[in-house]
Amino acid sequence: MSDQFTTDPGKPAQRMRAGSMTLTLAPWIIATVLLMVLPLIFTANSALTIMNQMAITIIFALAYNMLLGQGGMLSFGHAVYAGVGGFACMHIMNMSDFFASFPLIVLPLFGGLFGMGLALIVGSFSTRSAGTVFAMISLGVGELIAACSVIIVAFFGGEEGISGDRTYAQPFFGVEFLQQIEVYYLTAAWLILSALLMYLWSRTPIGRMANAVRDNPERAEFLGYSARWVRFYSFVASGFFAGISGGLFAINYEILTEENLNTASSGVILLVTFLGGVGFFFGPIIGAVVFTLVQTVLSLQTELWAFYAGILFVATVMFFPGGLAGLLMMHVPVFKLGKARLLVMPYLKTLLPAAIGILGLAALVEMIFHLRHAATGDDEMTLFWTTFDSHSFWPWIVAGLVTLVGLGIARTTTPALRDAWAEATTAAKGMS
Amino acid sequence: MDLILVNLIDGLVTGLLLFMLSAGLTLIFSMMGVLNFAHASFYMLGAYFGFQISLALGFWMGLLIAPVIVGLMGAAVERYGLRRVHQYGHVPELIFTFGLALLIEELVQFVWGKNQMPYDIPDILNFTAFAIAGNSIPAYKIFMIFISVAIFIGLLYVLTKTRVGMIIQAALSYPRTVEALGHNVPLIFMGVFGVGTALAGVAGVIAGPVLGTFPGMAFVLGSIVFVTIVIGGLGSLWGALVASLLIGWITTFAKSYNIAMSDVLGAVGISPPANLDDSLLRDLWTVTSPQIADILPYILMVLILIFRPSGLFGTRNS
Repeated sequence: MSDQFTTDPGKPAQRMRAGSMTLTLAPWIIATVLLMVLPLIFTANSALTIMNQMAITIIFALAYNMLLGQGGMLSFGHAVYAGVGGFACMHIMNMSDFFASFPLIVLPLFGGLFGMGLALIVGSFSTRSAGTVFAMISLGVGELIAACSVIIVAFFGGEEGISGDRTYAQPFFGVEFLQQIEVYYLTAAWLILSALLMYLWSRTPIGRMANAVRDNPERAEFLGYSARWVRFYSFVASGFFAGISGGLFAINYEILTEENLNTASSGVILLVTFLGGVGFFFGPIIGAVVFTLVQTVLSLQTELWAFYAGILFVATVMFFPGGLAGLLMMHVPVFKLGKARLLVMPYLKTLLPAAIGILGLAALVEMIFHLRHAATGDDEMTLFWTTFDSHSFWPWIVAGLVTLVGLGIARTTTPALRDAWAEATTAAKGMS
Repeated sequence: MDLILVNLIDGLVTGLLLFMLSAGLTLIFSMMGVLNFAHASFYMLGAYFGFQISLALGFWMGLLIAPVIVGLMGAAVERYGLRRVHQYGHVPELIFTFGLALLIEELVQFVWGKNQMPYDIPDILNFTAFAIAGNSIPAYKIFMIFISVAIFIGLLYVLTKTRVGMIIQAALSYPRTVEALGHNVPLIFMGVFGVGTALAGVAGVIAGPVLGTFPGMAFVLGSIVFVTIVIGGLGSLWGALVASLLIGWITTFAKSYNIAMSDVLGAVGISPPANLDDSLLRDLWTVTSPQIADILPYILMVLILIFRPSGLFGTRNS
């Protein structure tokens, strides 16, 4: 994705290369091959589960970024569109006569259509305004529909949700979707298709105008575009792709509950998207991959994973509003000029001690948590593959020292890193 | 008739409590244009601090000290967090407060655990004030009403009648001019944010014993506060008051009168379908008003947004 357009709100709109409509195929081919090969490398069932979850989250996050990154609309209730799409798919899956005429692989399309239908209704009044008002409407509508899950039992199944069985479908060219790997390839195919469609959408006039409306609605209106309709189209398209991810969720997990609709899920997708970076098309992909890994791997290690995720999120908003993708893209000019070598050593000198210091800090946090919340008498705790007594003196000293020394070294080497960075980028600016 | 009176009082208590939260939020929003998503989290912190202090020093000291701590924390958040994020624009600001809300909830769970705290009504207020036809009204409710009304009058007085209020209102419209006159505008912003969060803290301290002090308490009220200020109209103190009372009364009355939807539909002249169990609309017929009491505010919000997008008393548009 070399000719990536930027949707960084901090940059003036004029810098966008609106004229380049050529689509580089290379990243898409690489991504497809990668998706084909991945299950051959990670063969374990748990890895497949994680990858399925990742793929579903990626589609959802890309759909979400269509609103947030491209349209500047902050939605606090977007899980609703994925959820309703998923619930609809589950009902369709349970209808015996549906599979007589359609194979399972088209099911997410219906999820998309239902998500789009709901977005049509909600968008008709919510896209009148942008910014804060839109954010609050989305929150209210999201809460409303989530609360309906307890009341409209026929559709949402109440507390226990609704479940289905994907294997009732007719075999599709001999594939019955009994195994996880078959579901994986189904999800991966939908991932490629939806990502490609969303990318193409972002290059249509509507997709471009969404950027313009985000940056300066008045100017866009002056050019003859209705800001409201541009927002509405983006919203509906986003609802469609969110619905597709919901449909895939239904196929993968075969159960949907209130959790798929509630504000917490909407919050998670905001977190994922922002962490990855809303300024770039591929940002949410990075966010979804990283977040799913954090969620699945870290949550096995510590009860406090949501706490760390929260800190990471707040730190990202405060210090790297471009997200992970923004951080990556900062280095592109450096690499283009072959100045990356300048940065290797300073990075090592700062980031390595900083990482060690942060691990020390995390150890302290874990120990405090254990001290406060473990059952009385349960003094043993295991941290970083070592078991020790959280009530004794030495572990605290060690963790404290590691933290202080690690962060201390990082602090002393930061100026050198800043200088190196300045050198690498000033040269870059001089060249371009 | 008596039951109506009891419900009116109950709804008033709920509404005024909601108002205390939305007043702080409205103050912050109309001053700084920042919708503080973490507002209900400061309310939760107020309840937890109030509980912790009441263990050592008693309820009244908690009521005094906890809001001050919460207000100071709010001021610190403005100074070191929001001010930095402000340069990126409004959406990152909103996202920042959202992240803060998540973080505070995790932090509270970290410190106090997931269980509800045994935060009780102080003994001095733990009696029945009076009874209406057998329905007793606890003194604590009367106390809550008085505190809320006092805060509303105080806030209105400070904002409209005093020099401080004049400067604050001027700083909202003409920050440059006010700065040129020698007032420290960033400091005013910090102060307003602190006062707004302290108000949330007060609400937390007095609501903690009745509504329960648990990690989900911010989540329960978080979105309803936003609904309140949307219904009232963004940035309008009177709107916030009216909307809070409206929501308080609507939910209370819906909960205490068990009205089945089928009766309502029957009264309008629509009869239920013959085979109710097969119909997709069967839930529409069986639903009762206590069931939907909690979502009535959201329905109200959607209706208001469709017919009067700026809210009941709103003047400003996004």
